Amino acid sequence: MKDQADGYVTADGRQIGPVVMEMKNITLRFGGVEAIKDISLDIREGEIRAIIGPNGAGKSSMLNVISGFYVPQDGEVWYKGARRAAMKPFQVAEQGIARTFQNIALFEGMTVLDNVMTGRLTHMETGLFWQSLWKGKAEREETANREVAEKIIDFLEIQAIRKTPVSRLSYGLKKRVELARALAAEPSILLLDEPMAGMNVEEKEDMSRFILDVNDEFGTTIVLIEHDMGVVMDLSDRVVVMDYGKKIGDGSPHDVRNNQDVIDAYLGVAHDD
Amino acid sequence: MLYRESGDFSSTYAEDSQTFPIKFDRYRYYFVLFVAIFVIPFMINDYWVNSLFLPFLIYAIAAIGLNILVGYCGQVSLGTGGFMAVGAYACYKLMTSFPDVSMLVHVLLSGLITAAVGVLFGLPSLRIKGFYLAVATLAAQFFLVWLFNRVPWFYNYSASGQISAPERTFLGINITGANTQAWATYLFCLMFVIFSAYVARNLTRGSVGRKWMAIRDMDIAAEIIGVNPLRAKLTAFAVSSFFIGISGALFFSIYLGAVEVGEVFGIQKSFLVLFMIIIGGLGSIFGSFAGAAFLVLLPVVLKIVGVDWLGWPTDIVAHLQLVIVGGLIIVFLIAEPHGLAQLWRVAKEKLRLWPFPH
Repeated sequence: MKDQADGYVTADGRQIGPVVMEMKNITLRFGGVEAIKDISLDIREGEIRAIIGPNGAGKSSMLNVISGFYVPQDGEVWYKGARRAAMKPFQVAEQGIARTFQNIALFEGMTVLDNVMTGRLTHMETGLFWQSLWKGKAEREETANREVAEKIIDFLEIQAIRKTPVSRLSYGLKKRVELARALAAEPSILLLDEPMAGMNVEEKEDMSRFILDVNDEFGTTIVLIEHDMGVVMDLSDRVVVMDYGKKIGDGSPHDVRNNQDVIDAYLGVAHDD
Repeated sequence: MLYRESGDFSSTYAEDSQTFPIKFDRYRYYFVLFVAIFVIPFMINDYWVNSLFLPFLIYAIAAIGLNILVGYCGQVSLGTGGFMAVGAYACYKLMTSFPDVSMLVHVLLSGLITAAVGVLFGLPSLRIKGFYLAVATLAAQFFLVWLFNRVPWFYNYSASGQISAPERTFLGINITGANTQAWATYLFCLMFVIFSAYVARNLTRGSVGRKWMAIRDMDIAAEIIGVNPLRAKLTAFAVSSFFIGISGALFFSIYLGAVEVGEVFGIQKSFLVLFMIIIGGLGSIFGSFAGAAFLVLLPVVLKIVGVDWLGWPTDIVAHLQLVIVGGLIIVFLIAEPHGLAQLWRVAKEKLRLWPFPH
């Protein structure tokens, strides 16, 4: 089923497309520490791809490589059929890759609306001169992008707080605003770094629903890191398992769950000395 | 009762994002503008213009400029005095080289020249932040003052080393030199204040402003969502220096008339403008005005109260002023880091619900 190059149809009827991003033999070192050791993985269009593993396995480093924050010492990143040269994070953002952070990285001094509007920055290009006049080009662009931002705000049900400064919000809402900011960029790939960390069951359910809806409604490809196994198994189409910077499993949630290496990594294994 | 948003409905996004969304606020703003343009010029004399209105207006422009850099983009700068000096000397060179050109052009060009210098000294901001950047801009401050002191070309080889403004006109009216009218200089400066506030407001509410604030609040996240940090910081330095350059040009040509660079544009000037935006409110255009008004008014009020009413010696009052400003800086930094603008905002929020706050 997964060997078809143009994609496949999932059990619940979603169309998964061809490979949109491929990481080939990525190795990332920090001084003497190898955070990622020779890992290859692919991401298909429209799928929800999970990366799991114990703490310190290199999951976040992997996400940082995808979003251009780290440049790997070895290996290639292929995006939309072309090899991606080493680039700055803002250039990666311009290519349509958005992300959220494990520790919320919102702009605390701004309102929710302004935060979501920063997600539109890659779509706004009016120069300094026209902006200083405001009337005309700048105002038209602002209004057009505001409409997109409002759609996202509507979608994530945060209309009531749109003029509230972010610093006054609760943790769960902040996570949702951060998702809204990433979505406002209308990314082709959305990277979520532990979107449900520190949430209670209800908030987790809400967030899961939003992730599924985003994938369903906008067809956004989603790569997520999550520790809650129940959530990962329910949401994702394919799962990569990492441990100590190495890939120890890759496949459907069902395959991964029954993989002996994965079970060993999570539950521990007796070593014969 | 007047200050209500009930009944004010915005049906378009443009209406919703206007500067004063509440009707009462809007009319109050138009009223202030009307008084400033059509009433005050007929009521003032030389004393009021020189002790209050000109310094207030000119410092307001400088405060807006510095607020864009420090309050909106989060890049601390102690080079304000130096950049004002660039504006002043650029204006002087332009005035003496092209005597027939209107002052309007000279002042705007001085702003542009200062913007270029600001970008040059803003380049280190890509690599260094916070304290270290403040020290780098401090270097700019001392270097620029040294430059204008030591290179005679800048002061046209005059024997005193000072620069003094020759008589120049705008629309045929004398606004620099010895024979000026109070209302003319006032209106000329007011024009630049309105222009600066308008441009600053437009820039800070649009995408450029969001880029600046994103860099200020969390530069890593800003870069991840597509903000080019170098470009955002350099535009902030350019726009900020543009306004500071304009204020320096006006400070020299309209207000003082003659300038000795080390005395007028020294490090004290940098701190004065920084105090204005700290007391007024970081990241707020209104705060720039409030801070400038406060620090310009304070010595005048103290003089009237202390010297004229209570009969204290002048030097005690002058020292008292330093004590009060110093104390206020500490109070504001601890109790209300967002300054007078935040107090004003809280008052407005309370007023909105008054008299039924629950």
